[in-house]
This record gives sequence, structure tokens and C-alpha cells, in this order.
Amino acid sequence: MGPLHRILILFAHPALEKSRLNKIFLKAVQNLSGVTVHDLYEQYPSFHINIAQEQALLLTHDIIVFQHPIYWYSSPAILKEWQDLVLEHGFAYGKGGTALQGKKFLSAVTTGGGATAYSLDGLNRFTLRQFLLPFEQTAYLCGMDYLPPYVTFGTHQMQAPPTLQAQAQSYRQAIMALRDNRVHWDRLRQTAYFNEDLTQVIYGEATETDA
Amino acid sequence: MHNQDFFFQAFIYLGAAVISVPIAKRLGLGSVLGYLMAGILIGPFGFHLVGQNGEDVLHFAEFGVVMMLFLVGLELQPALLWRLRVPILGLGGLQVLGTSLVVASLGLLIGLPWQSSLAVGLILAMSSTAIVLQTLNEKGWMKTEAGQSAFSVLLFQDIAVIPILALLPLLAITPTHQARLVSSTASPWLNVAQTTQASLPPWQQTLLVIVTVGGIILAGRFLMQPVFRFIATTGLRELFTATALFLVIAITLAMNAVGLSPALGTFVAGVVLAENEYRHELETDIEPFKGLLLGLFFISVGASIDFSLLFQNPWLILSLVIGLALIKGLVLFVLSRIFRLELGQGLLFSFALAQGGEFAFVLFSFTLQNNVLTSAITAPLVVAIALSMALTPVLIIGYEQWVYPRFRLLQPDREADLIDEDNPVIIAGFGRFGQIVGRLLIANGVRVTILDHDPSHIDLLRRFGWKVFYGDAARIDLLRAAGIGHARLLIIAIDEPEKTLGIIHAVQKYFPQIQILARATNRQHAYDLIRAGVQVIERETFGSSLAMGVTALQLLGMRAYKAQRVAQTFKDHDEQVLREMAFMAGDKIQLMARSRQMNEELAQLLQSDDQEIAHLIDHAWDASSLYAEGKDESPREATPG
Repeated sequence: MGPLHRILILFAHPALEKSRLNKIFLKAVQNLSGVTVHDLYEQYPSFHINIAQEQALLLTHDIIVFQHPIYWYSSPAILKEWQDLVLEHGFAYGKGGTALQGKKFLSAVTTGGGATAYSLDGLNRFTLRQFLLPFEQTAYLCGMDYLPPYVTFGTHQMQAPPTLQAQAQSYRQAIMALRDNRVHWDRLRQTAYFNEDLTQVIYGEATETDA
Repeated sequence: MHNQDFFFQAFIYLGAAVISVPIAKRLGLGSVLGYLMAGILIGPFGFHLVGQNGEDVLHFAEFGVVMMLFLVGLELQPALLWRLRVPILGLGGLQVLGTSLVVASLGLLIGLPWQSSLAVGLILAMSSTAIVLQTLNEKGWMKTEAGQSAFSVLLFQDIAVIPILALLPLLAITPTHQARLVSSTASPWLNVAQTTQASLPPWQQTLLVIVTVGGIILAGRFLMQPVFRFIATTGLRELFTATALFLVIAITLAMNAVGLSPALGTFVAGVVLAENEYRHELETDIEPFKGLLLGLFFISVGASIDFSLLFQNPWLILSLVIGLALIKGLVLFVLSRIFRLELGQGLLFSFALAQGGEFAFVLFSFTLQNNVLTSAITAPLVVAIALSMALTPVLIIGYEQWVYPRFRLLQPDREADLIDEDNPVIIAGFGRFGQIVGRLLIANGVRVTILDHDPSHIDLLRRFGWKVFYGDAARIDLLRAAGIGHARLLIIAIDEPEKTLGIIHAVQKYFPQIQILARATNRQHAYDLIRAGVQVIERETFGSSLAMGVTALQLLGMRAYKAQRVAQTFKDHDEQVLREMAFMAGDKIQLMARSRQMNEELAQLLQSDDQEIAHLIDHAWDASSLYAEGKDESPREATPG
């Protein structure tokens, strides 16, 4: 049985060699069938984004994932550049801009600070969902279905490799569930973050074993 | 007549080699065994094509051993030698000591005087550098733990010959007795020249030795550099080969004159020259001579095996051969356990070195001259040593067939990475193009082997502390010596288009696994490279011209970021067209038509500033479609800006 949803992961990390979490997250989803991992910094080291190619990629996928670390309450630079260039008027929004309508959008982000830092009375004074509002609104304008973001808080505190590996496994489970349509969509919509409690929003086992 | 004799000899030797070595190779026996059998066949006990003359050839062929030690020296940077000091002194020293003691005690047991016992022990402790290195190299085992350990032991032995030569005369029993030489006479290449040694008082002798070795080191360090450079400027390859041979022969003569082993002298010279940038060239120039002469040497060893002694006294000789192999093998195996070699590696180490060596021939004749031993003792031992040498390749084959598979199953192949010129990147040509590539790589910790054939250039680079090797990259043997077999990338940055293509074709044929990155001198050359299947091509002036174009656009008022982006667009387009046109180049008319069309396309693309190029590069930043939509209908709330 083929995948129900084809997933495009737009990955942005300018210094992957220094990453601890995103690197293994990437590895965890890299060879899944039905999942295309698109490493933007690897593809466009000079930021010269090939718009036609990117748009073609969007058209052939059902779920678009922005996977990146949070830099200054937003994404690394190339992902913003990507949005500015690829989500063109007439393609993604505006008159005739219906190419992305009905597709699902997911932010999969990591933060250095812990969950408490991202609360109204915490250091960052806003919740992470609030910081992600530009992405939510972008998805809305493009007619996309914005899913609660998949957030891994507190990466600065994570030291032990087993913890990192367990986190990567959860992420892999979530991506596979999205792909196989094993998600309680109603329950998901009621949560603030996709991975608040994965057992509540996804069910069943992966139907195929992937390398 | 004499000439004809020489040619006839050469005819016999070369013929025997040409016939038997390929057969031995085909049968999986290795070249050494092939040479030895060729020698036995043409020798006095085979077809009797060479008789006593064989000895002359043996002396000449021993020069092959001398050359081999020169090449071994070239492989060894002093730093590596220092790193190997523990196995060299520990393994090598204990091996010589252990074997000598065991053999000497056996000698005492059968009633020999202690002096003779000790002499025999010391001489039998030597193993055959020539046979072991050649055989292990052929199997590709030189870099294994066992190979490196064997190498260390052989190195120690080659050096130990000198003090042993000094020690042996002290062991003389009857100073008046004048022994006659038996089967192998004093050899001019491996041996000491007794005349000088006898005629000089010891302190003068010592002084002479120090001066000679010191001279070799100093000359190698300071004199050879300008000489090689001068020779290299002539551009005559055969002159370089001649210089290399001249060097080795000169050292050999000098060492003979002071009564030292030429093998040691050339070894020292090799080590001195190991850091030299002409090293790879020297290696490749001498290699064929070494191979041929070593082959001759093996043939002569085969031809000089005295089978009459074997037939007269088969049991004595056989027990000597087996006893020698057992004693040496056991000593080596015990050492391999002490030095914690893996079991399989320890066995290989013991099998490989359990024979007598070529130095034993020399040392035995030396002991005869100095009345240390009598021919009654040396004659059977010389035959036993020759046989044990001939048996070594057989033992190794046995190891490969029955022992090796067991250990291979038990443990993964672990290759000690000691001799370390196997850099992942080779840059051929280190001129204005190659330098920039190389500097970027080196600055990022990538180990790079650089080849260049401009002597003045190399000299300059060396003054800035670069490690550069002299050599013509068009020679596949030189590339091989530079480690292309293990490299991942070959960057061809030379400025001769034809030569670049030549290298590419040769490398693709012999080393298809390596990724080639090539510098194209012009568009036509780029076509050739694309057609040759090179994936990564950089046109030498393209990038910098483009950069200048970008600056020009900026100076004319274009914003920097836009200038950069139009240049990138131009580059992408041009590269696409380049690859397309590479395969049209045969058809001139088609090519010209396409070329015109391309120019029009590009002009259109670049001139139509407001439409085409804007569409290509920054449509999304252009709000005109939003204005247009706004005119059509009342603007929606929905705008992202």
C-alpha cells in the first residue's frame, strides 16, 4: 500500500554540522518512502532559489513541513527567502493562486529554551504558537490547513544521546502517522502542540517497514 | 665474443623470466616463485644453460636489493621511522637476539666451539628482505599489522648487518688458517670491501665511515635539491632516470670504498630524500630497474642452489631447512604474542620471516675469509638458506590458502594505516588555478597531494612551506605512486588542454572509481571535457570574469544584490547550454545555428529587463501583479506584504 499523503519536508539549518537535534531528526525521516526531504541550505548555498523547481515540488506533495530550529523567534533566513520567492502571487495566493489549497501545513521546530520560557510570564513573554503566527497566517492565506506545530523544547538541556534518539523516534512516528493518515484529526485540532501527547493524536502502527 | 656471451646470458635470463613468471602468476604462485623456478630451470641442475657464470650475474643482480633498500628508504620519512622505533628495536632486536641464542645453543649442543655457534646464530637470524617485501607487496599485505611488523624486523636486520660485520672477525678461531671461498664469493654490492678494512687502523676506519654516511646525509639534504631541479629544467625524462641511477651507484661505490654495506648507504640516502619533492619521480624512475634486477636476483638465487649437496646429503639439508624455519618461526611467534599481534597476523608474521636472507650468503663468505667458520659448516647452510628462501613464497601461499580464511572470518580486515601518503585529494598542477583550490582545501584541513612539473615553481612553493612533489602528472605510474589508488578526488588544474584530456582518459581506464574535477581552458576544451564524461568542470576564467561583470553592473548603478542574481541566472543558463552544445560540436552548422539562437535567447533574457529577467529572478518581489489585480476588483484583505 502506497502512502496516503506525500510529505515534503523543507529543511533549513545553516550549520547542520553543529546541530545536535535537527541532524538526527533529519536522519530519522530521510529514507521514509513517500517523504521528500529537501535541504534548502544544501540545495541553495548562495540563496539563488530555483522558483520553478520549488513550485513543482509543492504541487506533487500533500503535506508541507517546515523543519528548522527557531532563530530569533522565527526561521533561519533561507526559509524566509523561500517564502518570499516561491509563494508567488498568482501561484500561492491572490487571483488564480490556488496551487496550495487544501494541502496541510506543519511547522516542526526546535527551541533552545524550555517550554516555560515560552509562556506569557516566561522569559520570552509569548507562547511559541504566538511567535509562529506569521506561518499560520501564511498557511491561511494560501488556503492551507495549519496543523498544531510539532515543537521540541529545551534542546540546550538535552545532553544524553538516548534522549535525543527518543525525540527523533517520536518525530519519525508522527511523520509516518501523517503520511499514513493515522491521525485523530479532531483531537489534533484541539491541542496547542502536535506532540503534547502523541499517543492521543496518532494511532496504529506503520503499515510498511522503511529503511 | 665476450659481448656475445653477455647477450647470450641476458637472452637466457630474460627468456626464463618472461616464460616462467607469467605462468607462475597464472597459477597463483606469485612472481618470486616464478623467478626462483626460472633460476632452477636454467641453472646447473636444470638445463644447465648458465653455469658458474651465474655467480657474476648474482653479484650484478644483488644491485637490485640495493635499489630496493633505496626505495624502502624513500618510503620512510624520518617521522615514520621514529614512530616505528618500538617495533624496529623491540621486535627486530629481540628477533635477532632470540634466534641467535637458540641457534648458538644448538651449535654448542652438537659440539661446535662457542665462537662458531654464535657466528652461525647471528647469520641465520637474518631474513630475506627482498623475498618478503616482494611477496607481501604482491599480496597487498604490506600495510597489515603483520606486514608492518615484518618490515620493522627486516629494517632492523638490514641495519644490524653492520655491527655483525664488525663483530665477526673477533670470533675467528685460528687466525693463521686461510680459508678458501666456497659457493658464494664476496659480493661487490652487498658486501664490505675487505681491502680497505684490512689496511686501515680501526679509528681511521670509523672516521671514514662517519664521514661517508655524514656526507650522504648532507649531500642528500642540501646538494640533491638543486641538482634535481637543474636536471628537471632540462625536461629530459631519461636524464632524470640517469641521475637517479647515478645517485644510487655513486652511493654504492662510496660505501664499498669505506667498507660498508651499500644497501645501508642507499637506505640512508633514501630516508634523507624521503621528504624531497622529487621523491615520487625518483621512485617511479627507479622502480622498473629495481623490479628487473630483483627478478634477476631471484633467478640467480634459484640458479645457485647447489642441488649436488642436496642429493649427497638430503637428510642433513632437509633437517637444516625445516629446523631453520621452525626455530625462526617459533621465535617470531613468541614475539608476536609478546607484542600483542592478533593471532592471524602473528602467524603471518612468523610464516613470512622464517627463512634465511641474502645477507647470509655475504656473511658466510665473510666468515670464511676471516676464519670464523669452515666451508664444511657453511656449504650445507648456504644451500639450506637458498632453499628456505625459495620455500617462503610457498609458505605464504599455504598461509593464504588455509590459515588466512579462518582468521578473515573471525575478524574484519583491519589495515594499519601507517605509511600515510594516501591523501584523499590529488591536485595535478599547482599554478595560479590549482593553488587557489589547494589553499582552500588545505585551509580546511583536507590532506592534499600536489604534483607539479615546473621546478622553479616547486622551489618557490617549498620556500612557503608547501609539500609539493615534482612530476609529470601525465604519467600514470607517477599518479599511482602519489596514491591515486586510494584518493577520492583528482583535481586536474594544469593549463595544457591536450594533456588534461590525456590524463583523464588514462585515469578513467585504470582508476575508474576516482572522481575527476577538471579545469577547462576555454569553451572548446570544456566541450571536450564534457564529452570525456567529466562531471565537474570549471572554466578557468569564467568565475572571475563573471565577478568582474557583477562589479561593472554595480558601478553602472545596479544594486549589488540584483547584480549578483542576474550573474547567477546568466551562469545557470550558460552552463545548461554548454552541456547541451558539447554533444553537437561535431556538426558545425547545427552548432552555429544553436550558438546564434543561444545568443538571442540570452540577449532577450538579459535585455528585457522588466519582463523576462524579472520573471525569472524576482517575480515574487514584484508587486505589479498585485496592482493589476487591485485595478480589476476591489482589493482583498489578503496580501502578504
